[in-house]
Amino acid sequence: MLQIKNLKAKIDNKEILKGLNLEIKPGEVHAIMGPNGSGKSTLSNVLSGKKGYTISGDVRYLNKNLLDLEIEERAHKGIFLAFQYPLEIPGVNTNIFLKTSLNAIKKAKGEKELDAIEFLKLVKLKAAELKFDEKILSRQLNVGFSGGEKKKNEILQMSILNPKLSILDETDSGLDIDALKIVSEGVNALRSKESSFLIITHYQRLLEYIKPDFVHVLINGKIVKSGGSELALELESKGYESLS
Amino acid sequence: MDAREKEIEKLKDYKYGFSTDIENTRAPKGLNEDVIKFISNIKKEPKWMLAWRLKAFERLKQLKEPNWQKPKYPKIDYQDLYYYSAPKSMDDKPKSLDELDPKLLETYKKLGIPLQEQARLNGIAVDAVFDSVSVATTFKGELNKKGIIFCSMSEAIQEHPELVKKYLGSVIPLSDHYFATLNSAVFTDGSFVYIPEGVRCPMELSTYFRINATETGQFERTLIIADKGSYVSYLEGCTAPMRDENQLHAANVELIALDDAEIKYSTVQNWYPGDKDGKGGIYNFVTKRGLCKGKNSKISWTQVETGSAITWKYPSCILKGDNSVGEFYSIAITNNHQKADTGTKMIHLGKNTKSKIISKGISAGFADNTYRGLVDISKNADNARNFTQCDSLLMGNKCGAHTVPYIKNKNSSSSIEHEATTSKISEEQLFYCNQRGLNQEEAVSLIVNGFCKEVLQQLPMEFAVEAQKLVGISLEGSVG
Repeated sequence: MLQIKNLKAKIDNKEILKGLNLEIKPGEVHAIMGPNGSGKSTLSNVLSGKKGYTISGDVRYLNKNLLDLEIEERAHKGIFLAFQYPLEIPGVNTNIFLKTSLNAIKKAKGEKELDAIEFLKLVKLKAAELKFDEKILSRQLNVGFSGGEKKKNEILQMSILNPKLSILDETDSGLDIDALKIVSEGVNALRSKESSFLIITHYQRLLEYIKPDFVHVLINGKIVKSGGSELALELESKGYESLS
Repeated sequence: MDAREKEIEKLKDYKYGFSTDIENTRAPKGLNEDVIKFISNIKKEPKWMLAWRLKAFERLKQLKEPNWQKPKYPKIDYQDLYYYSAPKSMDDKPKSLDELDPKLLETYKKLGIPLQEQARLNGIAVDAVFDSVSVATTFKGELNKKGIIFCSMSEAIQEHPELVKKYLGSVIPLSDHYFATLNSAVFTDGSFVYIPEGVRCPMELSTYFRINATETGQFERTLIIADKGSYVSYLEGCTAPMRDENQLHAANVELIALDDAEIKYSTVQNWYPGDKDGKGGIYNFVTKRGLCKGKNSKISWTQVETGSAITWKYPSCILKGDNSVGEFYSIAITNNHQKADTGTKMIHLGKNTKSKIISKGISAGFADNTYRGLVDISKNADNARNFTQCDSLLMGNKCGAHTVPYIKNKNSSSSIEHEATTSKISEEQLFYCNQRGLNQEEAVSLIVNGFCKEVLQQLPMEFAVEAQKLVGISLEGSVG
C-alpha cells in the first residue's frame, strides 16, 4: 500500500526527516514511536501533503507517486490524517462539514453523493458504533469541544470516510482513560484486510488497546529500530535513551 | 482564442456579464432641466411630480459631491451620462407579458428570473427593472385581492398619487445629500409596495434590477409602506454586463413602517465588480433609509454585497415609534480591486427602541473594506439599547479592513454594546479542510460561509442557498 524510500524533508532549511524507510501492506497496523522533535508530526504532514516542506526521496502509494498529488487528491484516494490538534471552524456545523467532506470524496471517486437523509442515517449509525454523542454533530466544528470530544470527532470522521490508510497523529495525547478506550475501540472496529494504519504516539499506553503488527522507533529523522508489539514495552521500560 | 471563446472565458468569472442587444429610447445626454422634463414627459407624470423633480434639481446645483468616504474614484462627468434609457419596445407599454419583447423575456430567463406564467418562481412576486423602466411585474392580480399594491414606481405615480405624495421623500428628504438629491431629480423606475392594515403579505416580493445600456446611470427609486399591523418581506437582486467603463447606480429606497408593522428588506447585490485589474464595474452609491414611524414597528435590513467596483451605502433606521426595532445584517465581500464603505445608521428617537447591527466584512486580493456606522441615541430615547458586532476576515496580505463606529449618546438610561474582531483564514484551517477532500475553493467557501452564517440565516430561504453559492464564487481565485 505505502512504500517510503529514503524520505528526506526540510523546513526553513532545517532537515527534519533524514532518510526514512517504511513499508506498510494492506491490513497492517504500524506504530511509530519517538521522543519530542524526532520528526513524527513531520512524517504525518509530509504524507498528507502539507505545504512548506522541501522533500526528496520516493513515496509510492497504491503504486503511484504520492508526492505528485495535492492534499485533497490524497484524501480522495483514501489517505486520512487524524489531527493532533483538530482545527476549529466557527459557524460551520459539524454535520455539514462531514457531509461536504464525504461528498467531495465520493464525487472525486465518481460515486453517487449522499443526500441529507442518507447522510444522517450513516452518521447516526457510525456515531452509535463509536458511542459518540450525536448532539455534538449539530455544534460548530470543534468550537468549544473538549480535547476528548475533538479526538473522538476525528475518529468519527475517519469511520465515515472509510479511508484506506489512516494516519493517527498523537491521537492519544490529552485523552483520559475512558476516551482513550472509546477511541481505540473505534480504530479496532475499522481494522480490516484492506485498511492500514500508521499510529504515531509518544507512549506505549495507546498500544495496549490497539495492538500494532509493527513498532518503529523514530529518532532524529530516521527509523533506528523496528520490531513487533513487544518493542513498545521494551521502550516503556528502558526509554529512548538506550537507542540513541 | 477567437472573440467568442474569449467572451465565454470572461463569463466564467461573472456569469451575468452578458449584454442584451436591444434598441433603446434614450434621453439626450447630460443633466439639465430639459432632460428632467424629458423623463417626466415620457413617463406621462402629473405636474406635481415634475415640479418635485425640478425642485430637487435646483437644490442639487447648490450641493457638492461628498468626499469623506474611504474609496476614492475619478471625477464623474455628470454631463457625459444618459439619465434615461429604455428598450424601444417599452415606448407603448405592453399590456401583457405576451406583448413583451422576447429579448427581454430571454434576458430574465438567462438571469434565472423567468417572468412567464408557467415558469415563475414559486411564492415570489417579481418586479423586473431593465435600465430605466420596469418591464414586468408578476403576481399583481393575486396580491391585489388582498389589497396589496405591488407595481413599478412609474405606475404608482399614475395610479396611487395620494400615497406617493404622502410618503415620497418623507424618509429621505429631497435635499438630503448629493446622490439622494440627484436621484430625486432624475429617478426613473423602481418598485412601489403598499401593504394595507393588518395584512401579512403571503409571498416574497422582489425586484430584479438589471443595467444593460452603456454610458447610462441607473437611478432606481423604491418606496415601501407597511400600514398598521402588516408584514412584508422584500428582496432585491442586481446584475449588470461586463464593461470597461464604470457605471453609476444611485438609488433611493424609502421604507415606512406604521404601528406594529414589520418590513424585512433583503439585498443580494451582484453588480459587475470590474475585472481582476480593477477595470470597469459599477459604482453602487445608494441611499436606503427606513422609518419606524409607529409604535412597536420593526425594520430589518439584510444585505449581501458581493459585486460593484465601489459599494457605498448605509441602510439605516430611524426609530421614531416607541418600542420600535431596527436591525442591520450585512455581508460585504470585496475581492481583487473592489472597495466597500458600508454600514448603517441607527437613530433612536423613541422610548425603549432597540437596534442590532451584525456586520461581516471579507477582503481578499487588493480590496479594501470599511465598516462605518452610527448609533445615535437622542435625549428622549429612554432605555434605548444597541448591540453592534463587526467582524472582519482577511485573506492574503494585500487587502485592508477598517471599522469606523460612531456613537452619540444623549440619554444615560441607554445601553450600547460594541464588539469587533479581525481574523484571517489560517493555513492550518485550509490544510484541515483539504485533508478532508475539499479543494482550496471549496474550503474557502465553507470557511467564509461559516463566518457569515449569522447574516445568511436572515435571508429568505429561497435566496439563502443562492447567496451561499455567491459567497463562494466571489472569492474564487483569492487564495493561491
